[in-house]
Amino acid sequence: MTFDLDRAWQVDPRVSLRPEPFGALLYHFGTRRLSFLKNQTVLAVVRSLSDHPSARSACLAAGVPEAELPAYARALATLAESTMISERISHDSRA
Amino acid sequence: MTEHVTAQEPETEALASDELLVEEVSIDGMCGVY
Amino acid sequence: MTLAPDMAAPATVLAKVPGPTTSPGKLTDLFQLGLDAPICLTWELTYACNLSCVHCLSSSGRRDPRELSTAECKAVIDTLERMQVFYVNIGGGEPTVRPDFWELVDYATEHHVGVKFSTNGVRLDAAAAARLAASDYVDVQISLDGATREVNDAVRGPGSYDTALRAMQNLADAGFRGFKLSVVMTRHNIPQIDQFKQIADRFGAQLRLTRLRPSGRGADTWDELHPRPEQQRELYEWLTAHGEQVLTGDSFFHLSAFGGALPGLNLCGAGRVVCLIDPVGDVYACPFAIHENFLAGNVRAEGGFQSVWQTSALFTDLRKPDTGGACKSCGFYDSCRGGCMAAKFFTGLPLDGPDPECVQGYGETALAAVSALGASSPGDAAAVPRSSVDHSHRTSPARPRAAGGGPVPVSIGARPLTPQAPGGRPPAHDCDESPLAGFNPRPDA
Repeated sequence: MTFDLDRAWQVDPRVSLRPEPFGALLYHFGTRRLSFLKNQTVLAVVRSLSDHPSARSACLAAGVPEAELPAYARALATLAESTMISERISHDSRA
Repeated sequence: MTEHVTAQEPETEALASDELLVEEVSIDGMCGVY
Repeated sequence: MTLAPDMAAPATVLAKVPGPTTSPGKLTDLFQLGLDAPICLTWELTYACNLSCVHCLSSSGRRDPRELSTAECKAVIDTLERMQVFYVNIGGGEPTVRPDFWELVDYATEHHVGVKFSTNGVRLDAAAAARLAASDYVDVQISLDGATREVNDAVRGPGSYDTALRAMQNLADAGFRGFKLSVVMTRHNIPQIDQFKQIADRFGAQLRLTRLRPSGRGADTWDELHPRPEQQRELYEWLTAHGEQVLTGDSFFHLSAFGGALPGLNLCGAGRVVCLIDPVGDVYACPFAIHENFLAGNVRAEGGFQSVWQTSALFTDLRKPDTGGACKSCGFYDSCRGGCMAAKFFTGLPLDGPDPECVQGYGETALAAVSALGASSPGDAAAVPRSSVDHSHRTSPARPRAAGGGPVPVSIGARPLTPQAPGGRPPAHDCDESPLAGFNPRPDA
């Protein structure tokens, strides 16, 4: 899956997020899948997704260097594929 | 339980498998839970 | 159910991640060293049970008078919510015989703790099934150990097959798709494995196959029930062929040594990512290890469950890195991780050696040594550990518990609840007459 960093994302409301020393655990009550966020940065990105107009913005704000954006895009793609995160539908009119 | 590495196919410069930032498993069942 | 609150890091941060914090570790390393809270745990609500399955891991049957009250159970749920335990696997005994069962299930889901409960189906009437079908946060697992009445009832007692199938029909009729049909694999039902799949498909259920351990009453029937070596291979092949369609509770990782690893984490989660809370509040590393050696503490103690999980000496010890012990030199150690701790313990094997059912045969060698030890010292205490926690229904006469194991004649049928035969254990509880003594079951909602 190609992850679109320039769209707005959010954590699914059926997901419980639990910080851990290594990063975090996400458990999806609908799918019963468990995701491991394996560092503090990816945790910060995921937690802040709904506060940012795009995933790219969330990554940069969390301190992700440009060169590492592809790795974070892959991480977010994993979460999107398992529906841990989903696109945010904006109420603004959009072409 | 299944350990799923659902990231894309690694490119030549991609991270090794234990450098993935996100990994997933299905947790119906985990040894010790009958 | 609303999104669980995004909590700040728990007050007690157990620093145990190897290497720099920015570098992601292997998943197995993260599990191996334990987590700040269990991901899920087993909670046996009561030792009372309407059945007397011959392999019961918790030796259930009679209620214990010290069982946690409704209020105490709710306090445990509050703790689990605070720790953000994602779900509890509720069992027993038969959890639905507790009069407050539904109240506790509702309390758990209202407090952001998912519930999966295991049942023989005795109370799963149409109303119960409808109630379950309406909830997204409650899952149910029906126990069945034979695809035919004959094979099942030999282990679980007369009428149990019919009870289970009726429950499954009720769930299917109520529109509950994807409930679990859970089977403990024995030498008698492995030949029926395809039929189990058919039964699950018939009711729109998901099949779950789990491993028999020599725990509880399973210790007495292990010799006659555990799979033969060639059946282990058959089971492994079947699981490999069916992939994720069939759940296993990650309980067959010892079979990974046959070849490619089976799906799952392939390691023992006891005390690291899972544990057991028993009906009297005792916290054990695992439901298959109800024995004082694996008792970490009690939820009634100061600090409650959180303190036990995070600071008990037993769990701290279990979270130390596993070096492999006697299995270190075996090429398959990485996939089987030395197998099941409980299986080793209750067959008298050392925990740092092979699983009794090691597919490479190392377990058999080790067992022979244990057997020889028992034979050479017949007057000594049994070489094989036994749990003192036993809530079995009374039999008359008491079931023999021969040192060193060996087949035990098992008769199935309604057991009269008569006083203990002379020489047997004295009655220990008020509940000896009936597991439901003092219960006032309220009408099903």
